Amino acid sequence: MPLIHASVLLATAREVVPARAQMASTLGFHIILACFGIAFPTIVLVAEYIGLKRSDEVAMTLARRWSQALGVLVAVGAVTGTVLSFEMGLLWPGLMRTYGPVIGLPFSVEGIFFFLEAIFTGIYLYGWRRLSGWAHFWSGMPVAISGIFGALSVMAANSWMNQPGGFTMKAGRVVSVEPLKVFFNRAAAYEMPHMLLAAYLVAGFGVASVYAVGFLRGRVDRYHRLGFAIPFVLAAALTPVEFLVGDTAARAIASEQPVKFAAMEYVTHTTRQAPEYLGGVYSGGHVYGGLRIPDLDSLLVGFSTHTKVTGLDSVAPAQRPPVPWLIHLSFDVMAGLGSLSLIPLLWLLLAWWRRRALPSHRGFWLLAAGAGPAALVAMEAGWIVTEVGRQPWVVYKLMTTAQAATTNKGVIASLSAVIVLYAVLGVATIVMLRLLARRWRAGEDQDSVVPYGPPSPHAGEFGGEAA
Amino acid sequence: MISEVVAAILIAVLAIYAIFAGADFGGGLWDLLAGGDHRGRPVRQLIDETITPVWEANHVWLIFALVIFWSAFPVAFAAVMTVAALPLWLAALGIVLRGSGFAFRKEVQGLGLERLLGATFAFSSLLTPFFMGAVVGCVAAGKVSLGSQHSTLAAWTSPTSLLTGALFVAVCGYMAAIFLIGEAASRGSDRHKRYFSQRATVAGALAGALSLATLAELHHSNHALYHGLTGRALPLLILGAACGLAVLALLTLGSSTWLRPLSGIGVAAVVCGWGVGQYPTLLPGTGLTLSNGSAPHATLVMIVAVFVAAGLLVVPGFLLLFRLHGRQLLSPPPPLQGEQPGGATPSPPI
Repeated sequence: MPLIHASVLLATAREVVPARAQMASTLGFHIILACFGIAFPTIVLVAEYIGLKRSDEVAMTLARRWSQALGVLVAVGAVTGTVLSFEMGLLWPGLMRTYGPVIGLPFSVEGIFFFLEAIFTGIYLYGWRRLSGWAHFWSGMPVAISGIFGALSVMAANSWMNQPGGFTMKAGRVVSVEPLKVFFNRAAAYEMPHMLLAAYLVAGFGVASVYAVGFLRGRVDRYHRLGFAIPFVLAAALTPVEFLVGDTAARAIASEQPVKFAAMEYVTHTTRQAPEYLGGVYSGGHVYGGLRIPDLDSLLVGFSTHTKVTGLDSVAPAQRPPVPWLIHLSFDVMAGLGSLSLIPLLWLLLAWWRRRALPSHRGFWLLAAGAGPAALVAMEAGWIVTEVGRQPWVVYKLMTTAQAATTNKGVIASLSAVIVLYAVLGVATIVMLRLLARRWRAGEDQDSVVPYGPPSPHAGEFGGEAA
Repeated sequence: MISEVVAAILIAVLAIYAIFAGADFGGGLWDLLAGGDHRGRPVRQLIDETITPVWEANHVWLIFALVIFWSAFPVAFAAVMTVAALPLWLAALGIVLRGSGFAFRKEVQGLGLERLLGATFAFSSLLTPFFMGAVVGCVAAGKVSLGSQHSTLAAWTSPTSLLTGALFVAVCGYMAAIFLIGEAASRGSDRHKRYFSQRATVAGALAGALSLATLAELHHSNHALYHGLTGRALPLLILGAACGLAVLALLTLGSSTWLRPLSGIGVAAVVCGWGVGQYPTLLPGTGLTLSNGSAPHATLVMIVAVFVAAGLLVVPGFLLLFRLHGRQLLSPPPPLQGEQPGGATPSPPI
């Protein structure tokens, strides 16, 4: 099955490393916004539902303010997502030339959901004042639903790169395609739920963190409790599910992408009774430092210490991922932070069971405040594991990343431009969200506390309001 | 046969993108030319209100076009992405700056920052259409060859490319002004109706002149396409010209009915004319055609299916969005006291 063309050797002249760095930085940036685009609408809708159902002003204020923050995140996400579409061709024309007809299928389906998301985001975000309560609520449902299905479609494309299938080739060209097999490839079953849940954890813990910090700063009121509880409960409830999905994914990778798994777990050579390493640095076939637990890796992979685990030595050095230590440490960070996220959940359950209230201990709030950044770091680490771990392949065992890369010179220039631009964009986005928060704290949006009320008398000259 | 259907879909998606997103980009152009803080304020507000709820949805047509392009015609896609890399990077840069500048401008307070972000939004609204036009010109002039490994400046700085770049900017300005006439009319502002009528006339005349100049330039940059445009595609070009002239006549008469459909049909006719004139060639100057450059059958069928599904799901959504927006039910987020675009000066009545 491995089919390496002579062009692999020629391709080394291409600027693969800067192209990969650029893809990594733009994807790593966009994925944060994508998480909020996927999961934040659900959180906003839960708040609005509570607000409408119980005529709860506080929940309503939260929903309205969150939707304003969502507006900023969605706008930045829409444009940074477009950059990725461009980069598919600009950085990886080799990939698209050969596999465009295959990988394009899930992306075309995603297009429909992206449309629905954008259309109803426009209605939901700007319909607050003039649409009636439940009509407005329902206008948000397509946003949440299409966010989910859009994410699944994109993950179908990514998982296909890990487990390509559903097509036949002749003389280097794809001659027939089976769309369902492309969409529901072997890796889709675990990659799709893994990333979808990750989006909910990042957005849920992320929003909750903001209110946990407010709590720690002494803003102990119902507004902060509710603003914390809605996203936190949602994310915390999904954490154990994500834990199980991730565990399943790791085992599937061990059997289907054994070299990636070998890098993740520092399996230097194929063996039974493979040890598990926590931490440690891999260099030249040896693991330095770290905690070595004998037999555990075999046990985790096959529920028996005698399970044979494929090692890095199963393939030639050129077919191994370039930086095993990065993959392994990222995997440890992801799994470690994921496990730690279970602590605040257990704490919350205990407090609820005993007192029917949120925990009051400061330690809980410190943990909760850290859960947002932790979820984000874990999600990014997971992407490093899957993307760097697939190297040197862009399409597993069929096309190398070097073959896919552009033949153009000067990728280093666009990489530099992107780093500067995205740094500014990232800072600006955070500044915008902080500006919003400051304005909310000053109560500057309180003249519209009555939701769905008539337009205020000082409305702008076109009947709308100040932009 | 099915590759013809997919090519028609791609052209249709591009036409829709040109009309709706073109109007959003053109809004940035008129924002840029609206004048000083005080004088330009009501115009900028009108533009802002018009674009805000719809630009993201209109933008998705571009993503859709890119995906169809790479899925259905992968070899042509890879070649264009290689040869025209620089203008495509610049178009993408414009998209990022436009979207984020526009979104951020709403959230900041203070004249300096508003000016900076407003200028970012407005200037980048020029950048994207120009460079996209340059890429189209690069393709139309036959500058994309299958063998080239590198992008060159010459590929997209030919007179054809520069003319199409300018044409795209003019068309965006034209479409935006037409849309804004209706927006001003529905808000009862005669002053702004006149304001944008004048601008629509200028931009429309400019777009017409640039179209003719591009056509003339194609006479020697790509004679085969010129031949197709003045032959098979001639009825479409005449339709486009007739719509343009009708719009100009209506503008002179001061009427604002039929402006939007006529201008839209005019632009769509020209985009379709390009497709018909070039048929069956995918990339002029290469041997790549619909028959030897298309994806496998199943992919093409899937694209048609997705397009039909999109039609069933997305079109009603768009109609709802535009209808609510047209009835001014989609207003910006709640007003914040003390927050006035253009600084603290009270707005002059229109």
